[in-house]
Amino acid sequence: MTTLRLVWRELRERPGQLATSFLAIGLGMTIIVAIKTVAHFSEKAVARQLDELGANVLILPKGVSVGDYYSSDVNSEEMPEEYVGRILNSSLQGVDNLSPKLTQSVEFGGSRVLLTGILPKNEFGNKAVWAEGDGIFARPTGCGTVKSPLAFLQPGQPDKTAVRRAVVEELQPNEVLVGAEVAAAHNLKAGSKLTLKGKSFVVRQVLPETGTVDDSRVFAHLHTVQKLFAKPGKLNGIEILGCCESIAQGTLISGLNKLLPDARVVTIKQIASTQLKTNTLMGKFSIIFLALIVVVGGAGIANYMQSNVQQRLREIGTLMALGMEPRSLLMVFLAKAVFLGVTGGLFGYVAGSALAVVLGPQIAQAPVLPLPVWLGWAVLLSTGIAVVASALPAFRAARLDPAVALREL
Amino acid sequence: MIRLEAVSKRFRLRGREVTGLDAAELHIEDGEFVAVVGSSGSGKSTLLLTLGGLSRPDTGSVHLNGYSLYDLSLPDRARARRETIGFLFQTFNLVPYLTALENVQVPLYLAGRSLAEQEQETRRLLEEVGLGDRLDHKPAELSVGQQQRVALVRALANKPKLLLADEPTGSLDPARAEELMAQLKRLNEEGLTIVMVTHDLSVAARATRHLRMELGRISEENTK
Repeated sequence: MTTLRLVWRELRERPGQLATSFLAIGLGMTIIVAIKTVAHFSEKAVARQLDELGANVLILPKGVSVGDYYSSDVNSEEMPEEYVGRILNSSLQGVDNLSPKLTQSVEFGGSRVLLTGILPKNEFGNKAVWAEGDGIFARPTGCGTVKSPLAFLQPGQPDKTAVRRAVVEELQPNEVLVGAEVAAAHNLKAGSKLTLKGKSFVVRQVLPETGTVDDSRVFAHLHTVQKLFAKPGKLNGIEILGCCESIAQGTLISGLNKLLPDARVVTIKQIASTQLKTNTLMGKFSIIFLALIVVVGGAGIANYMQSNVQQRLREIGTLMALGMEPRSLLMVFLAKAVFLGVTGGLFGYVAGSALAVVLGPQIAQAPVLPLPVWLGWAVLLSTGIAVVASALPAFRAARLDPAVALREL
Repeated sequence: MIRLEAVSKRFRLRGREVTGLDAAELHIEDGEFVAVVGSSGSGKSTLLLTLGGLSRPDTGSVHLNGYSLYDLSLPDRARARRETIGFLFQTFNLVPYLTALENVQVPLYLAGRSLAEQEQETRRLLEEVGLGDRLDHKPAELSVGQQQRVALVRALANKPKLLLADEPTGSLDPARAEELMAQLKRLNEEGLTIVMVTHDLSVAARATRHLRMELGRISEENTK
């Protein structure tokens, strides 16, 4: 005989009661695991959407509208480059990458093109469209993949090529990157020479076609452009790749507004707003269900344990008469609670994951897979609930007056 | 071995105040076979539970082998029961979901014996009482006589010095009752101290000392 065998034999004796408690905790965990799993993949889907859009937060001079910025109204206001340092030195959460820019109009080949000054490393971090496919700028995408402006250049990251490293890490003052449309119009390719505002440049690379305004731009180093146009330390805007959670919760935007009171902070989170709302709703649901499972599952188990103690009074008295210590008796009941919790958690994980995999794609708009981390959480949570709910009846059993328990008086 | 000094115990039963023990005095030596007789509600079972460390008296003290039983902590009192006292109940109180083998293993498990020791000892004991072919049977699958034998083997599994028996023949037919009494007599002759509560005078007659209980008080009857 062992404590576990004693517990197991007793569990098998009353399968009906056991099944009821097991279902109470197991189904509760099923719902929580399903919601959490779907929510996780839904958040990832939102993050992917936002990332695919590239920068999702714009910092502009106070008087400049988003329309002005995208129509490249180069005569509009400017703001200090010092803002970049202010953001980087702050403790703001959710800034995956930021790219400061200064765009100016310049005459080239008989027409005007936009020359945009960029910090190359940061710019490539923000440009998901440049990162797609197998091109030299390919990088992993998704919220959190760009941990710092340089993260995608760290050793060990996939899709590294010597060319990309060279371009991104060292865009020389006399080098430019040329948008696909400009390159086609002026027959430019890597190594071609061109003159802009009296300064000679070499085309370092022709950028992939993106279908955006970038195709009709020429990019040089930010400081080169600032120098060329005698606008040292000036920017037109800062594009930020913010992580979706921080944007969804509004913490990033409010943080930026506080940090840069003289600038205008614009977000494009509305694009994924429906899904963000779904995520928020699922987050709330998971809290509601957690509360429900604690109350209903916990009360069910507590009730089961209490009636179990009542049914086993004579047996408890007998075990005490045979010399079982109160602590051992407590262990017998708590071991039963642990068994219920562990099996309920396992069931909840398996059933919840299955439910999420089957129904999740309709909600998350993305394939949903089981999350192994929730196996541990489900077991831990359901065991915790079962043990806490059983504690009082178990203590009562351990503290029973054996004379009363035996009903022999 | 056992000494009760001015032990009183009152409790409520079905809303009524009941006197279980009333200034009870008792001294039992090692090796005695004591029968306690009395009418229903006279306090016989309360006496047994008090002797077994299962019912704390309101006043007075209970000494077992020289130490005050109710001054011990709960775990120590449980250990005293495990090591010194065996209980035999009228309705056997076998654990219904355990087999005969497992029921007898329980006291050995509580005493900290290994699984292999439990298994070996339990088989031997049950085979000795003719239950070798009933090891894996649950109480409901055993006859009353067989259940009684399992209960006795369980009570004696840890080789206690004292056996407390509450109406041990109450559920048995005369032949089985006679068989059990002969067995208890033999155990007593081997040195086991027995305190047996019964209302059956013919059963009480097998004991070497007779006590009568009335309204929680103990009086001595003639002793063989």
